[in-house]
Amino acid sequence: MSDLFFYLFAALTAGSALAVVFTKNTVAAALSLLVSLVGVAAIFVLLDAFLLAALMVFVYAGAVVALFLFIVMLLDTQGGDRKPFKKATIVASAFSFAILVLGLLSFAQRGAQAEIVHETAGPVVPIGASLRAYGEQLFTTYLLPVQIVGFLLLIAMLGVIVLSKKFEGLEDIK
Amino acid sequence: MTVGLNEYILLSAILFAIGFFGVLIRKNTLVIYMCLELMLVASTVALVAFSHFNRTMDGNVFVFFILTVAAAEVAVGLAIIVALFRRRQTIQVEELNALKN
Repeated sequence: MSDLFFYLFAALTAGSALAVVFTKNTVAAALSLLVSLVGVAAIFVLLDAFLLAALMVFVYAGAVVALFLFIVMLLDTQGGDRKPFKKATIVASAFSFAILVLGLLSFAQRGAQAEIVHETAGPVVPIGASLRAYGEQLFTTYLLPVQIVGFLLLIAMLGVIVLSKKFEGLEDIK
Repeated sequence: MTVGLNEYILLSAILFAIGFFGVLIRKNTLVIYMCLELMLVASTVALVAFSHFNRTMDGNVFVFFILTVAAAEVAVGLAIIVALFRRRQTIQVEELNALKN
């Protein structure tokens, strides 16, 4: 049953990721990204990481995609004719895509035999399921990263405010 | 149960490759940014899968931090795109060639 769900959600995620890449409409791309992220959240549930699944839906599907849609609405870049791709661009993109896929597949194949050792070992209780485990890790081992991330969020907020502000007397470069 | 670590890593690799391809082939800066997010999410799938199959907590906590950094990154990146659009009236990458020549 779990396997069926994995393949279902994997197909959903990969399919909507392809839709993000290949759709012409920016709004449709953002909504496909939303579907893809919800699929990833479902994959997290299958991996017993319930908190991360909830966070994924809140942060990504909620905030990030909403922000993308808001910016699409603000910029209104739908119209206008597009120049077609150059041949060289398509060939280079497909080539590097193929190289990346081959490299990742070879890594996936190499990991195949080493995997079985860990599967049966360890406790049966799902490790990522409890909120207590997160709290213990975040406030002991990862205390410094938590504070750094907090500081990063503050800097990002200041940066966004400065970037979005209009400064008077600044001549255009164009 | 036949779905093991390999299937999850394969899914992560496929997602990452799709995002990478999108970054290369698309010309709209917003869509390129969405594809970057897709690559980030693909890496989180791999981390959570490793964490689950190795019975450790570290991968999950890493994903926690990745989510935070991604949120900050999206906010700053979209602010940059808006500032760019205000200055140049376009977000198509082939028209953003001020550094060419």
